[in-house]
This record gives sequence, C-alpha cells and structure tokens, in this order.
Amino acid sequence: MDLYNEAQKRKLEFTTRRHFLKKCGTGLGGIALASLFGSDHLLAKSPAQALSNKALPHFLPKAKRVIYMHMAGAPSQLELFDYKPKLKKLHNLDCPKSLLEGKRFAFIQGTPKMLGPQHDFKQYGESGTYISDILPHFSSIVDDVTIIKSMHTDEFNHAPAQLLLQTGSPRAGRPSIGSWVTYGLGSENENLPGYMVLVSGGNNPSAGKNAWGSGFLPSEYQGVQCRNSGDPILYVSNPDGMSRNIRRKSLDAINAINKSQYEEFGDREILSRISQYEMAFKMQISVPDIMDISKEPEKIQEMYGAEPGKASFANNCLLARRLLEQGVRFIQLYHWGWDMHGDNKNNSVNEGLKKKCGEVDQPMTALVKDLKQRGLLDDTLVIWGGEFGRTPMRENRGGRVMDFYGRDHHSEAFSIWMAGGGIKEGLTYGETDEIGYYGIRDRVHVHDLQATILHQLGVDHEKFTYHFQGRDFRLTDVHGHVVKGILS
Amino acid sequence: MASYQDYCNYLLMNILFRLNLLASFLVIVVLLLLTTSCQEKKIDFNADVRPILNKNCISCHGGVKQSGGFGLIFRENALGETKNGKIGIVPGHPEKSEMIARINHKNPEMRMPQERDPLKQEEIDILTKWIEQGAEWKEHWAYLAPEEPEIPEDNTGWGTNEIDNFILQKLEENDLSPSGEADKHDLVRRIYLDLTGLPPSTQQVADFVNDTSENAYENLVDELLQSQKYGEHWASMWLDLARYADSKGYEKDGTRNIWKYRDWVIKAFNDDKPFDQFTIEQLAGDLLPNPTVDQLVATAFHRNTLNNDEGGTDNEEYRVSSVIDRVNTTWEVWQSTTISCVQCHSHPYDPILQEEYFSSFAFFNNTADWDINSEEPLLKELHEVDQDKLDKIKNWIADRSGAPVSNKWERFVLTGEPKLRPEDFDAVENVVHQNRSGQDYMRVFKGAYINIQDVVLKDVDRIYFEYRQRTKSKGTLTIRTDSLTGPVIGKASLAETGSFKTIPIPLTTTAEIANLYFEFQSGAENYSCDIDGFLLGQKLPGEKDREYEDMYAEIDEILNAPYKHSTPVMVEKPEDHSRQTNVFIRGNWMVKGDPVSAGIPKLFDGGDLAFRNRLDMANWLVSKENPLSGRVIVNRFWAKIFGRGIVATVEDFGTLGDYPSHPALLDWLALRFTGEWKWSTKKLLKAIVMSSTYRQTSRVAKEAEEKDPDNRWLSKAPRVRLSAEQIRDQALAVSGLLSEKMYGPSVKPYQPEGIWTIPYSSEKWITSEGEDAYRRGLYTYLRRSSPYPSFVTFDASQRELCLSRRINTNTPLQALVTLNDPVYLEAARSLAGQIIQVAGGKKEKVETAYQRAMGKMPTTEKAEILIKLLDDTETYYQEHQEEAFELAKSENLELASLTVMANALMNMDEFIVKN
Repeated sequence: MDLYNEAQKRKLEFTTRRHFLKKCGTGLGGIALASLFGSDHLLAKSPAQALSNKALPHFLPKAKRVIYMHMAGAPSQLELFDYKPKLKKLHNLDCPKSLLEGKRFAFIQGTPKMLGPQHDFKQYGESGTYISDILPHFSSIVDDVTIIKSMHTDEFNHAPAQLLLQTGSPRAGRPSIGSWVTYGLGSENENLPGYMVLVSGGNNPSAGKNAWGSGFLPSEYQGVQCRNSGDPILYVSNPDGMSRNIRRKSLDAINAINKSQYEEFGDREILSRISQYEMAFKMQISVPDIMDISKEPEKIQEMYGAEPGKASFANNCLLARRLLEQGVRFIQLYHWGWDMHGDNKNNSVNEGLKKKCGEVDQPMTALVKDLKQRGLLDDTLVIWGGEFGRTPMRENRGGRVMDFYGRDHHSEAFSIWMAGGGIKEGLTYGETDEIGYYGIRDRVHVHDLQATILHQLGVDHEKFTYHFQGRDFRLTDVHGHVVKGILS
Repeated sequence: MASYQDYCNYLLMNILFRLNLLASFLVIVVLLLLTTSCQEKKIDFNADVRPILNKNCISCHGGVKQSGGFGLIFRENALGETKNGKIGIVPGHPEKSEMIARINHKNPEMRMPQERDPLKQEEIDILTKWIEQGAEWKEHWAYLAPEEPEIPEDNTGWGTNEIDNFILQKLEENDLSPSGEADKHDLVRRIYLDLTGLPPSTQQVADFVNDTSENAYENLVDELLQSQKYGEHWASMWLDLARYADSKGYEKDGTRNIWKYRDWVIKAFNDDKPFDQFTIEQLAGDLLPNPTVDQLVATAFHRNTLNNDEGGTDNEEYRVSSVIDRVNTTWEVWQSTTISCVQCHSHPYDPILQEEYFSSFAFFNNTADWDINSEEPLLKELHEVDQDKLDKIKNWIADRSGAPVSNKWERFVLTGEPKLRPEDFDAVENVVHQNRSGQDYMRVFKGAYINIQDVVLKDVDRIYFEYRQRTKSKGTLTIRTDSLTGPVIGKASLAETGSFKTIPIPLTTTAEIANLYFEFQSGAENYSCDIDGFLLGQKLPGEKDREYEDMYAEIDEILNAPYKHSTPVMVEKPEDHSRQTNVFIRGNWMVKGDPVSAGIPKLFDGGDLAFRNRLDMANWLVSKENPLSGRVIVNRFWAKIFGRGIVATVEDFGTLGDYPSHPALLDWLALRFTGEWKWSTKKLLKAIVMSSTYRQTSRVAKEAEEKDPDNRWLSKAPRVRLSAEQIRDQALAVSGLLSEKMYGPSVKPYQPEGIWTIPYSSEKWITSEGEDAYRRGLYTYLRRSSPYPSFVTFDASQRELCLSRRINTNTPLQALVTLNDPVYLEAARSLAGQIIQVAGGKKEKVETAYQRAMGKMPTTEKAEILIKLLDDTETYYQEHQEEAFELAKSENLELASLTVMANALMNMDEFIVKN
C-alpha cells in the first residue's frame, strides 16, 4: 500500500533527524545581547548582561501583545482541522507494523486498529478551508486565521510536552515564553502585571504553574494567575475591616518612614520599594475593576457566551480581551480536559470532544471577532492549540478494545491556528500524510512556533539570551526557525 | 620572554648603527629604559589576555564553535593550523600570527571580531606583546590550587582579624576607607538574622546592648552558633542547592516523603558536621564502610530529583534525566563548574570535553532507583515493636559475627536491597514487562521462566522473592542453576497475596557464582503473578544456635510488616549487575556512543586517587587535590552573609564567571577552612562575623557610593532583603506566634482556597492544626507544581533545579503579600493584642511595638508618624465601628487601630531588610 510506504519513509527521515537534534543545547547564538527592561531591581550581574548593549526589540514588531489559548490535554487534529477522508476508509483495519516499529507510545500496545475521523467536515469561507462540524462558530472566521497542520514536537507525555511548548524545554525549571517576553519587552501597563494567566476546565495544566513560571529569570516575570474565585489576584483585596481610606493612611505612614529610612541609610532600593507600594495600591483598584466582566455590555457577554461569576473559558476569553486592551503584554488561557483516550464517554473523540468544543468554539471565535472590530487584532497575536496531537490509530490501552473511541498521544503531527499580529489570513500551512501520521510538507516544530512568536514581537530568538549556570539560555535552545510562510 | 628581549636588542643595535654616537647616547638611555620596562611588563594570561579573548573571541573560537578551524580553549588548538592553512598564533612571532593580522585588518569584512567594533589599541597591544613573549598559556585561576597568601598589613588599627587586612588593602587600593561600627541595636539584629534567621527579642537586644564587657559580641556570636535555630536557618540555604521539596514534580506531582533528609541537614549544621564529611555522606553515604541509618538518609540529597508519574511515561527516560541532574548539581554545588552544556558537546568556554561529562555521569549511573511511582529504594522507619525486634537481631548477629555483618543485615531489612529487578533479567519467556507509567514489574504466566546470569551467591543462602498474586490458583517457583533442566536449588509455592509480599526461599547450593533460572508452573492454565524482584539474603551466623530459625522468622516478619514511613535513598546496584555508561551522541540518551568509565576531567589532577564509584568522587571533591571545593564553599557562606560572593557568580567559577574581588582573601579563607578549621562551618562563619568588615554600619557614604556603587569593596555593610522564609518567620516571631517545634513531616499553614488544582491528584491542602500552622518557613510543605504562594512571590526557589543564588526582586505583588496575606494580618493582630496591654499612652505603645519589630527605639520622627497613624485610624474607626471589629476580630476599637499600626510596621523597609 503506497500510503503506508510513504508514511514509513517519512517516519524514518524524521525520527532520525528528530533524535539527532533533540535536547542538544549549546545556547551559543549570541553571548551578547541579553537585554533588560527596567533596572529598578537589583539584578545580579552576569557576564552576558555585562556584554550586552543591544536593546529590544531587535526590529520593528508586528505584534505588541500575545494571547495564547492552550488546550491542555491535546485536542485531536483529526476531528477538528486535519480532514482525512482516507483514514475513514481504513477505519477498523489493523495498523501496519511499519507504523509502530521503533516508536514509543504512551498507551498503545500491540497492534491497534485505525480509527476514522469521528466527525464530518465541510468547506468554509473564501479560502475553502475544511472545518469539522463540531466547530460551527469557528468556521465563520476561517478567512481571518492561519491553520498550521504540520506542527510537531519531541514529547509524548503531557507535562513535558506542555513545558516544551511553553518554556522551550521538556524539563521543569525554565522560564516560560511569557516570562521571556515580559523580561525582554516589559509591560505596557503600570497598574497590571505584564504577564497574566487564566485557567479553566477544572484543573491546572499538567505542567502545573511551571507552564507560566519564570524559571531562572527574576520572579517578577512569572505569569500572574487570575483566579476565578476569591481575590482575582492573590492578596489584592484589603483584609475585612481595612477600608481603602485606612489603607491609604497606613501606606502614607509606611512611605513616610521608608523615606526617613532612606535619608538615614541612603539605599536607593528603599525608593524603589516606596514606588512598588504605590503601585500595589493602584492595583488594588485597577485589578478588580478590569476583572469585572459584568461591566461589559450584555451584547458582548452574549457574543462570548460569558456568564459573570462562573468559572469558564468563555469568561476568560472576555476577560483576556479586557486585559489586552489594558496593555497586558502576554496572556495565557489554559483550558483543561482535551485528553480523549476513549476510557470513558467524556474522554471519547466523538461525544467527549464535541462537548469540549462546545465550551471553546463560541468564545474563541468571539475573541477574534471582538479584537477585530476594535482594531486590536492587527497588533495582537492570537494562538490556539494543544501540546501535541493524537494518533490516527485507536487507543487500545493494555492491548484490549476500549469501551469508547479514543486516540493516544502523538508527537509527530498536530494542528494549531493563529490570527492577527502579522499572520496571514485564510491560510492553511503545512500538510500531513493521508492518515495524518506525519507532516509531509512545511513541518513546524514547537521551537519554530516560539521563534515565530518572538519574531512577531520584534525579537530575534537567537539573540535573546540569559546567562544562567554558566551558559546562555534561549527560549528556543539551539533550535527554531521563523516560519516565514505564515507571515503577511 | 627571551624572544621579546632579543627583539628589543635588535631594534637597539639597528638604531645605533644608523645614528651618530653622540645623538645615539640619548637614544640609548631612552631605549634602555624601554627595554627595562619591556622586561618588567610581563603579560599575564589570566589577568590580561583571557578577559580579552573571552569577551571578543570565544563565542566563535571556543570549545564548540571553532570557526575557521581556530579555537582558543586549548593551547594546542590555538597554535595549530587553521582551515585556510595559516596559523593563528605563532609564539614569539606576532607578525606571523594570523590572529594578529586579522584583528588589525583594514577591511571590515576580514577584521576580527566579525561584525563588531574592532578591538581597542591597548587590547591589540596586549595580545601582540603576549604572543611576542611566547604566548604562554596559564590554567584559569580557579583550576589552580589556592596559594597561601601574604597577609597585608593594617596600620590603621581598624581590623579585628585577617579578613579585615585583605579587605582594607583593597579599600585602600581603590581609594576608599572602611565605615565605623554599626549601631549596637542594628548589629544585634543583624547577627541574629544572619546566624539564626530570626530577629532577637526585645530582651535579647537589651541583654547585648547592656553588656559592656569586652567580649560581649563574641559571646553572643558563640551563643548563636550554638542555637538550634542556627541549623534551621542554614539548612534553608542548603535545601536550595539540594533542590529539596515535598513532591515529585511534573503532572501528578504527588507527595514524596523525604523530610528526614531535611532534618538530617538541620542536625548536620547544628552539630557542625565537618563539611568534608557532610559532602561524603550526602554523595556516597551508602558506599561508606558499615554506613549508619543516618548516613543512608544523607544520600537522599540526590533523591531530590524529579520523578514523572504521569501515565505513559518512559521510566528509563526520566531515570536518565535524574542522573543528568545529579551530575550537574554535584558539579555546581561543590565545584561551581557548569557542566550541563557538556552533555551535548565539549565545553564552549572551559577545557572540559564531552566524553568527560559521561565519565562523571558514570559515577551516578549505577544506583538502583528508576523513575517508578514507589520511588524504591526506600529506607524504612519501622514501628517501635519491629525496631525492637531488629535491634535484637542486630545484637544477636553482632555477637556472633561482628558489627559489619550486623550492619549489612540492618540495611538489608530496612531497604530491601540488594535486589535484582526486571532490568537485571538476562532472558525471559512468557512474561510481560510492565514498565510504563511508573510501574516496574514482570507479569509471568504459566510456564514462564526468568534467567539471571552470573549472580554472586557468596554468603547468600536464600533469595527473598517479592511478588503479587491476584488469582486463587496455586503456583510453584523452581530455582535451578546452569540451565532450565539443571539442578534444583530452591522451591516455593505461590498463592494469592493481594498486594506485594516477600517470601524467603532457602537455597541449597554452595556455588559462589551461578547462572539462575526461575521457572513458574501451575495447574491453572490462566495462572499469572507479578514479580517485583529477587532480594539476595546473606547467611545468618549461628546456625547451631537455638534461636537461629527464630531469627529468620523474625526477619521475614519485619520484611512484610507495615512501617511508619520511608525515605528514598541511594543504593548502588550490585557490581555484577552494574550499568554500562556510554556517551550520548549530541546529548540524546537514545543514541549511544562509545562506552566510558568513571573519572574526573583531565583538567583536574586526581593525584593517586582511584575513581571507581561515587565514594571516590566524593573523596576527591574534598581532597587536597581539589582546587575548587574550599573556595566554592567559603564563597557560598560569604555570599549569604554579604549578599554577594567574593566571586559574585557563586554558581560559576569557570572562565565566564566573575574574577574574585579579593582573590587572596578567598584563598586564605579556603585554606583555613580546609586546613586548621577542619572544614568547620561554624569556625568559618565566626571568622566572618567577627571581622570589622562585617560589623560596619550599612549607611551609605556619599563618596563611597560614587566610587563603588555596588559596594564591591565593602566600605560599608550591605543592606540585604530578608529571604522569603525569613520574612514570614520574622512576622510570626515578633508577634509571638512562631512555634519552636523542630523536625518532622512538612506542615501546611493557611493558604487561600484553590491553589492546588492539579490533574489526576486527590491530594488536598488541609491547613495544619495548632502550632504546626506557625512553624518556620523551612517546614512548609513545598509542592513543586504549586508552591506556597507568598514564598514564590518573595523569590524562593521552586526547587526543581539546584539554585545557587536567589535573585532578589522588589515588586508590588510582594507588597500585597505583606499587606494582605492573612498570615501577616494575624501576626499584626497578635502583636496588637500584646501592645494593647502596655501601660501608658500611644507614645509608649508605638515605641514598644516598634522595638519588638526593629529591635530598637524609633526616632522621634518615626514615632510621630506612627502616632499620627494611630490617631487617624482611631478617628476613622470611631465612625466605622463595624469595620474596626471586623479587622480586630473583637469589639475593641483600640485593638483595631493597633492592628493597622502593627501591619504597617511589618511592611517597612527596615523590617524586611537587614540593616
């Protein structure tokens, strides 16, 4: 069968190359060129910084801010964007050995069956893009977005794959992309953190708070999580019985005494502390105000399907737009629960996935439309996707037939979409083979995606480094090429 | 050197011939002077040349990238032929050296460094002269053994000990002078915070301030070094390096029970365990002769690596990842040498080759742990009744065969090692290896066999078989030697067990090495059981004794008994089943290159030491042959006290690290520490804090600030923000809430709802009760994927990687923590509750509160500010009584305004900074 020969050949080509390149880092790229924003903190001197004299951005940016919607658990590309009619014909046939040899799967054992797409696809828009029936809203904006079908990664377990996607390394402890960006470019809003994170779906992503951690960068660059209940940002509210009036009086006393301390000791760090306390005071007003989505007109709330007070992806999308408007530099939305293995109904690629799409389809579409109608889409980079893809084979955990249709983790091919921020409109980029097993044209590695995101922000990913543990680290390690083909 | 003189003389002669004698007389004088200065000005590679190379050349001409075939890490490379056939450096001949030609090139396309500004003329001169003088190479300073420095003179009478002589010398060189001694109140708070991590009580301040005896300060230092709180404080620093946490990391991030190690560190500091011993026990305690239980606990240092329990992970992948982390951490902690880049290729800046990384890797590649959920090998802590039994058995054995044999039995019972696991099985038939998702067992079916070759059976008289059978059918295990049909040397019947169980199988062989076959049979066609492994039990002495069989029976009981808890420890795999280490091609663990054996990089001189295992490596780290450990360790303590190391890059003493600000002092301290102080941390710290340097005021002098804004030369004491743990501890301490309880499982003080929302995990943050909610920060449960929020905000480590330096930041989120985190409110309320009882008016109350917090009386100005705050608050609360009652949690207006004042105190710069 030609199809399988083709796939087999691709597999060989790419696994060899992948293993060759995997996890090797020199971090060379540029000893110079680490850059700092704001120098009010006492950053320890490092050689890289000492040699640095080049300010960011490196060149004119196309995007000023980024919103990354990470579907934690990894949605199936084969049921959403990557239409494979051939796979339908192969449904329930044994998977050929050639596709399995030398491959590591998380759960598939022995010989699995092929699994045809579980939802129908139709063409939409002037671009004629194929979109699954379970994304009815999204199909209306296909002419605004670029869909990349040839994404691939190195990891096939959630936590490492999420870390690789968000921090450039599968091992915990590296700064996340949002930390790099705010470290390099700062925030455009003094009353809000430059990097904010919203979580829905009932759980944090598998990578935990490492997905927005600052790693070895100073802690002020870590993503600040907005919470669904209680304080929107931890400890932003005054304690019960401490009115704003009293808080002001107490801050006046603190600042006055700090000032007197400065006069005595002459340590400039004290002045910085006074200003940080003032900013905290401002945040106490600005944060709850911005977080209050009930202030949005009803029409807009409906557009997103938002219901103030609820913990939902829809609310987070609307909130994210409000934050973007305020100049927050980098926003991550995590929506948990896409891991459709087929071990129960909610985890099936037919019913479970449809339900999950119902949670995100309308709000993610509304976000793009809303940003567009406000003129914000042009300089806001929007990204949507999971940490890896799903296998064209049906999962057979423990070598048995499972009760529901599910797919195992797959690192070789998955789909994401991007919009705004200098990304082409109505484009489908890259191509996978006839069963969606390997990318066969214009493959995009997660490091390429990261390089591209930085590029749109005016940052050369090879020159943007930070010296730690004796070497210069980059978000993209020693990898990554800007995906020029998707840039408008 | 000679060649340069020749060159000068040649010039001289030439000129002499060309000029008439009279005129040339003057010239002779001038040139003689020049020649003399040439002779004197010997270019020093480390001080003069290396910085230029590092800054301008090494990123392209280093250990990895050798553009044009020219590299500057090793001399032989630099002197060799480059790609275009030219030679980069020809000693003695700058005119023949391509490097000199290229840095001087007129054409910017050809000129080096490429696409950058040309070198400064004085830099070019240095490089030229250096080549003229023979292009001598010198090892990087840190790789040369420390030399006993001459102690500089101090004619000022300022200094207290030798440290001050070194500091003073540099101050004078930089046209600076030391500051006077700090105010006694500031000093006493400083020394308490530095040695114990906690502030002094009002009484403790008064005791010191009122003690006018000559030795008052020294007595206090001695007392604090003896305080139990000392160990708790310094453990915090070490736990960052050890990446200690209470969870395993990654997705599920489940609890790891390893707090015994944290307690071991506290005790080690309090006992002033010599640092060499401290090192050896943590890296290789298990390999010491007859290790104690405590020495096994110490090895948990390297069991703090992450485990990935996520479904579908490859156990070997994450085991390798742990070994890599152990290598990198060891090199960072003891050598401040960053070796992680050498995984993939030779070091870009330092002379370390890629295969040498794997020689280090080989030291750590032979432990029995794997990335499995159970985290075996574990060291059990038995219930008292079983511990009593074990003690009895130990004594019984010791009486008959001596302590070493008894010690070995103790380890066997407590760790269940040595054990042969599926990884060690040479051939199997009719089995399925369950090795994903943190499992590691062999499921065997009817007729299955397992073959393990070359099992050393010397002194082994039984095999303890660990298995689980979930079906009712009966099975048998037959052990044979030589072949599947060879002689039977052991037999056991297998039955339903439910969970894993350990049964003894006595062996009837005298062979010292055997090729073992384990065969499984059953009457039931669908028979299966799961095999965890085979433990090799040594022979008990006293065969003829009456109690002999009882001893075996009791051992069996303990092996299967429930236990209190357990700690992951390091256990070396038996020699006959040790792992082979190979280079990973380009760092990819799945692509193996040449095999390597354990060893240290050639850069270092190992002396006569042999390098077989971790113990050898640990011994080398603290040996006389090691140029780095002493310096690295004293520098860590120095940095913790002064907020900046003598080498500012405490984590990197390599080529790209900072040059020491006081190299002679660093060597002096290192030689004392490893010599006459016998690796005593307390002696080291005492010397540092006794110095006049340490006791200076932290007030900034205008002139000094202009000349030395970073206070590199220490013309004053630094002001350092307290650590995350200290800030919380201090708030609890001054408000009287802090518990003094030491040791034990980590605690969960209050944190807001919804911090732990971790997939596939049912673990909950349940707030600890009673005093456990008010323990010192180092006892707070640290879940890596979701650490205690206010600690992270104040720059604490998430403990995923070894961290040498926390970077202190100053952010509004920190302000929100100390203003609004309920812990700080509770502390404020508690302090207010004590202040309200102080006799007198607002002035007295403000003074008492301030004194508790800062250890001294407020200035009039500050007192007035605080009194005004009390006045304003009171006025407001009189009109808003409900609010006051809410804040004070009591119907007491005064308590409310005092709470506001106390909360303000705990947010002042002078409270969260060490003055």
